[in-house]
Amino acid sequence: MSMPPVRSLTVIVSVIGFLSGPTVTAPSQETAKETAKSPGAQQRLGIGQTPTDELIKAWNIDIAPDGTNLPSGAGSVAQGQKIFADTCAACHGEHGTEGPMDRLVGGRGTLDTKKPIMTVGSYWPYATTLYDYIHRAMPLTAPQSLSADQVYAVTAYILSLNRIIPDDAVLDRNSLPKIKMPNRDGFEHTEAPRGADCMTNCTPLDPQK
Amino acid sequence: MTKSRNGTAIDGYRRQFLKTAALGGVALGGAGLLAAKAPAAEGTEASSLIPPPMLVQGKPVASPPYGAPSEFERNVVRLANDRTPTPFSSWSFTPLQDLHGSITPNGLFYERNHNGVPAINPDHHGILIHGLVERPLLFSMDDLMKFPSISRIYFLECSGNSSSEFTKPSADIRWSHGLLSCAEWTGVPLAALLQEAGIRPEGKWILAEGADAAAMTRSIPIEKAMDDALIAFAQNGERLRAEQGYPVRLLLPGYEGNMSVKWLRRLKVGNAPFMTREETSKYTGLLPDGHSSQFNFVMEAKSVITRPAAGGTISGGPGLIQISGLAWSGSGKIKQVDVTVDGGRSWHLATLDVPILSKALTRFRMPWRWDGSPAIIASRVTDESGYVQPTREALLAARGPQFHYHYNAIAPWKIDAGGKVTNVYAAGA
Repeated sequence: MSMPPVRSLTVIVSVIGFLSGPTVTAPSQETAKETAKSPGAQQRLGIGQTPTDELIKAWNIDIAPDGTNLPSGAGSVAQGQKIFADTCAACHGEHGTEGPMDRLVGGRGTLDTKKPIMTVGSYWPYATTLYDYIHRAMPLTAPQSLSADQVYAVTAYILSLNRIIPDDAVLDRNSLPKIKMPNRDGFEHTEAPRGADCMTNCTPLDPQK
Repeated sequence: MTKSRNGTAIDGYRRQFLKTAALGGVALGGAGLLAAKAPAAEGTEASSLIPPPMLVQGKPVASPPYGAPSEFERNVVRLANDRTPTPFSSWSFTPLQDLHGSITPNGLFYERNHNGVPAINPDHHGILIHGLVERPLLFSMDDLMKFPSISRIYFLECSGNSSSEFTKPSADIRWSHGLLSCAEWTGVPLAALLQEAGIRPEGKWILAEGADAAAMTRSIPIEKAMDDALIAFAQNGERLRAEQGYPVRLLLPGYEGNMSVKWLRRLKVGNAPFMTREETSKYTGLLPDGHSSQFNFVMEAKSVITRPAAGGTISGGPGLIQISGLAWSGSGKIKQVDVTVDGGRSWHLATLDVPILSKALTRFRMPWRWDGSPAIIASRVTDESGYVQPTREALLAARGPQFHYHYNAIAPWKIDAGGKVTNVYAAGA
């Protein structure tokens, strides 16, 4: 995974002149990095407590794209259909398309059109993210209320509605990470466009003129 | 008694004030009082020209104990977004058009919450660091206070600020630019906490997780964590407001706002991005070819004129206007702001308020004598890296109308002959 360059911020004091304004000496904005490197911070300060394994286990709820940290348990599409109707449909619609909250189903083949429909099926790159997000944040009114079996089941149902897995599928910690989402390779990083510093006889901004 | 005397005095004063102001030939304002010294005040009882607050005692100290804005500024408030399906995953806008200087008052700081504002008792809160570290550690709020802390001024801008401008430009600056604020933050460098835990060589990314009902999560590159990231517990001198992450939040200078995870409770070091919902299905920009740009961390240089601004009116007719606005860059300091009053044909250097700080809002100003004819005004910033704020046309050409996030184009405001100010690109402008 490549990432955008992180600009070094070690320039501390500089003198900046403005053609129309006063020459100012910018005050020092020492970076956090430098503070961390100060003599007092070179060695451990001995602050903090050792957490119990129990606490780490309870708090460690994120699911990695390779399935690391997925719990035991399993859920079927059929089980998910019932849970979805009871717990999710009020916000996402009976078929996952009606809203008012995020549309979950459909939209394949629309991303490069003028009216893209971004859903779990058309847009999300990892199926594991669905488990992670449903467990941590859904439903909005009762986050973290679904059991592992229930989260697997709802995940299975949403993926089946998107025709990514068959209607008789059962998901667990082994099968879920193996699912390749349709938009898995749809992400890259692009830089923002730059403007031009024209001062006179420039192109007008108003498109009508 | 005092009350009735005050009431009578106010009535008399108001009458005289209006009279002198009217004779002075200007709209209600300070000039009316000055005009009262002219012959217009002739024959007026002297007492009715004395401001009533001078004739009665004011309020005692600490009224109220936590100070509030003047009763005459009660309309300066955040605007809640009432167009989202739920107010719990929603946002509120800073009233940039009513603010001065470059610091946002804490009560007016914009909000973006993903499932409501939690009430967290600091005595029951801690930050866990685990994953690819030498030793997992749990820091209570008291533990945090044992570290050397620093205070720095940084802006925060929502990744979706100005998202309206891609497809349905807003007629009002509150909607088009109000997800922007700036404060002095006090906290502990994240690098100091990580040093305590000891990052293993394979640790490249850090998952930051909030203790809210969204358990908001974002992946932070280790380079940023070790550079200028803060674990902030105070804002503008006081402890964080609940909606800003009380008791403690992450603060990533220059990065899109949602990455500065509020109500921070956990930092997990890993060897790759965690691919959370908020960095895959959200906060990624869809390009015209169907691909998406991911990990668009830095908020690019941007500026906007906040006075006069779209949605407002120039009162008092033609004459001297003090154009003022804000400029900022997630890459560093602002180098220069240019202002146009002829629709972009020519540009003029604006004056910049000091100090100019890296990744903080900078106030720019330019006086302008408006002749009363329709005009288009706009600002354009250049940051210290040489990056120049693009036009809307250039931005849309590069990223298309569905990108949704990181809209940083020049914002031209149209002023009509009546002084009404609108967004050039808004429907009906």
